[in-house]
Amino acid sequence: MSELNQQMAARYKNNFLKEIEEQAEMGEWVKMCMQCGVCSGSCPTHFHPGWEHPPQEIFMMIRAGKREEVLTSPSMWMCTSCYNCYVRCPRKLPITHIMHGIAEYAYRLGLAPKMQPTLHLSQTFWNNCIKTGRVNEVRLTQSLYFKDGFMAGIKKGLEMKDVALGLIKAKRLNILEALGFGHKCKDVQGIHRMLAKARELEAKRKGAKAQAA
Amino acid sequence: MSDKKHAAYICAGCGLGERLDIAALEAVAKKEGKMQIVRTHPFLCSEEGVAMIRADIESEGVTHAAICACSRRAKTEAFNFPTTAIARGNLREGVIWVRPDTEEARETTQEMAEDYVRMACAEVKAMTQPAGNPNTGMNKTLLVVGGGISGMTAALEASKAGYKVVLVEKTGSLGGWAARLHRRVPTREPFKSPEDTGVADMLAAIEADPNIKVYLNATIAKTSGAPGRFKVDIAVESGPTVTEDIGAIVQATGFTLYDAGKLPHLGYGKSPHVVDQAGLEALARAANGGPIKRADGKEVKSVVFVQCAGQRDASGEHLPYCSGHCCNTSIKQAIYFKDANPDVDAVVLYTDLRTPGNGEDFYRAAQNRGVIFSKGVVSEVVPAGDGLSVKFHDLILDDRNAQIEADLVVLATGMVPNSGVNIDSLTAPQVEGQEAPAEGEVKPVSILNLTYRQGPDIPQFKWGFTDSHFICFPYETRRTAIYAAGPVRRPMDIAQAIEDATGAAMKAIQAMENAGLGRAAHPRSGDLSFPTARLEGCTQCKRCTVECPFGAIDEDEKRYPVFNESRCRRCGTCMGACPVRVISFENYSVNTVGAQIKAVNIPDEFENKPRILILACENDAYPALDMAALNRNCYSAYVRAIPVRCLGSVNTIWITDALNSGYDGVMLMGCKHGEDYQCHFVKGSELGRYRMSKVYDTLKGMNLEPERVLDLEVAITDLHTLPRKIDDYVAKIQQIGPSPFKGF
Repeated sequence: MSELNQQMAARYKNNFLKEIEEQAEMGEWVKMCMQCGVCSGSCPTHFHPGWEHPPQEIFMMIRAGKREEVLTSPSMWMCTSCYNCYVRCPRKLPITHIMHGIAEYAYRLGLAPKMQPTLHLSQTFWNNCIKTGRVNEVRLTQSLYFKDGFMAGIKKGLEMKDVALGLIKAKRLNILEALGFGHKCKDVQGIHRMLAKARELEAKRKGAKAQAA
Repeated sequence: MSDKKHAAYICAGCGLGERLDIAALEAVAKKEGKMQIVRTHPFLCSEEGVAMIRADIESEGVTHAAICACSRRAKTEAFNFPTTAIARGNLREGVIWVRPDTEEARETTQEMAEDYVRMACAEVKAMTQPAGNPNTGMNKTLLVVGGGISGMTAALEASKAGYKVVLVEKTGSLGGWAARLHRRVPTREPFKSPEDTGVADMLAAIEADPNIKVYLNATIAKTSGAPGRFKVDIAVESGPTVTEDIGAIVQATGFTLYDAGKLPHLGYGKSPHVVDQAGLEALARAANGGPIKRADGKEVKSVVFVQCAGQRDASGEHLPYCSGHCCNTSIKQAIYFKDANPDVDAVVLYTDLRTPGNGEDFYRAAQNRGVIFSKGVVSEVVPAGDGLSVKFHDLILDDRNAQIEADLVVLATGMVPNSGVNIDSLTAPQVEGQEAPAEGEVKPVSILNLTYRQGPDIPQFKWGFTDSHFICFPYETRRTAIYAAGPVRRPMDIAQAIEDATGAAMKAIQAMENAGLGRAAHPRSGDLSFPTARLEGCTQCKRCTVECPFGAIDEDEKRYPVFNESRCRRCGTCMGACPVRVISFENYSVNTVGAQIKAVNIPDEFENKPRILILACENDAYPALDMAALNRNCYSAYVRAIPVRCLGSVNTIWITDALNSGYDGVMLMGCKHGEDYQCHFVKGSELGRYRMSKVYDTLKGMNLEPERVLDLEVAITDLHTLPRKIDDYVAKIQQIGPSPFKGF
């Protein structure tokens, strides 16, 4: 991963804006920001101490070439996808998507903060769901509960046991999923082939962009 | 006297007949108003009613008619009898619409109506129908001073309207700043790319136009005369001075760029690679679409634009204002670079990006091309190696030590108007301790060289821009038939200047036509009255000549006033100023208003019915009263309102006469004055108020409370608050008690 990071850093030298435009999903929108600050003012997590740089600042930092600071920042990961900024942006920037695009790029380069809860959830969810095409809820819950260690997982599980029992009673949770049973897509092989094709197309697109640069 | 015949017409329509005792009003007009003919009509402004009046004028020989119906601002087309002097008694907006329709209000409402009938009768008897200014000038040639975009536009537009134009340009070629541009900011959909300046087309059009006579390398040596008959001496470099007969003038003398030499901290003068926007245009023209090269021939790979260089400066050292066009101009110039080579780094450092017009689309187009816009304040530009280093405070990231390296730096300096001599500074007394002009500082040169007593140029307002009524009449200067257009009036871009010049040319044409017909120009457009002075009573005090806001009055060798009627706007400020009251208009004089004041019936002190005189400016306050009436916003029945042309025309004798004859209070309603003035005659309300400030001494002499005179600033939008203010004042006067002068 850090190899890719070095490659990218070398390819774009000082032009971080160009790097984001070409490598991050929706990155081509960053240059259109007019620094009005409506996104920052609209963000519900802005009042949360974790949001170090609101979107307006992230965009400005990209233009100012602060590569390391942006890519290692936990800020984009704090986005709750409420779409307030997206709706309000007078320049119609898809800010929510840009935040995810930058976060994903940082992850690809291996610069995303380790054990960041949003990152962890996304990763776990993705790995879980691509296996059968449907989420194995018991295993997903398990891996989230035991994220911070065995004892913490047990404690969390006990805390939530009433909810779990209720779900089982209402037939909303299949306990057999723990053993690998439970719902899955009819054509699991097809899902895997589809994902492989998507990856191939993505790589092709990014390659073309990098080539054009 | 025998050829005068007075008639009063009373309307019973619009509810007047139901609310008022019309027979009693007729009796008042007949007995007290001494009208020879008194007629009532159920619908006076109908064809039938108007025909009745016209028949009286034709067969009965009526010369003076008091029409007691609605406000003088209503039904003006129906009640238009050009040969007859007309006074209007305002019974509808002035009485029934501002009074509640109740039994207890009936008596006071009727008294109010009777007073307005008395006033209309008294006014009309004191009037004569104006015949128009005989001293007209018929010349219809427009002089345009300045051959830039504004001047060329004014010339072409006037020519298109069928008028001859004389175009005078100081330099050796037309085109001004626009001719020095590579491209201009786009004016058409989709507003994405700089476009051709259009100067070449305009030059060709002017050359081919037989209506436009161009003087190059020429200045105005002297302007004398008046609208419709200006005589203008044009001094042509290395040639004889030519005299042209001119009807009206458009001054489109434009601007000079703020001297970037005053900005050494931004590197100007220290490095040849710091240029102003004009400097960059020159580089772009040299490159002609190819890569832009610096003075040393090196291709520019990175450029930084510094916005607000020496502008919007709060320290008082540089220009305090925003020049409006520079953000769009920098966007355009950044696009020059990106279009020639997309790999050039173009950064615009701004504090607020202001892109008027359709500039927002243009701004986006530049962002799309990859121009970087950064919010920051530049503190210093210093030479660094082969290029420059721009140090700035990044306002978004709050980084005080931000820095960018660039091959070239462009400073967006502002516009300084070429408005000639500040005539106010000519007359202003030298303040002690004030700095004398610095050595080597260029003294402004007069542009128009007017022979007016008030000074050689048109008056200036803020920061050297020419004065104009900013909101309502932007091209009107304080010199009739001389109009300012383009950046000499306020900072603006090409698109705005073109609009401006077109507007000014149209106004100038109106002024020439009005002057030819002996009528007033704006805002009393079409008024045929003009001031005359009974010189045998004049004490040569010069107040009228000094106070005239429009420079209409000169002095002869014996210091008597000489009126230039066609320069006059008919505000009556001279009439208000005259201490011996010798100045009057045929249909508006100390007498016409004085007679109305005296006509009002003043009840004795035991009736507990105060009388309060309202002198209301006809431009804002009187319409506000009318609109209050239209909204049925009621007010006290104890007030009697008389419209005046301007607060400046109010002669203090009216106030002392009113108080002497038993009025309990006087309300003056005029427009806002001062920095953001609203006065239609620019200085009228200010001069009027200054004069009124002396009234309080008179009040003291009469042993009256100062509250008996109230000066109220009224805007046309005050229709909802004004009735309350009137009622408050009436309550206050009732509290003070009746005037001791009642019954004398």
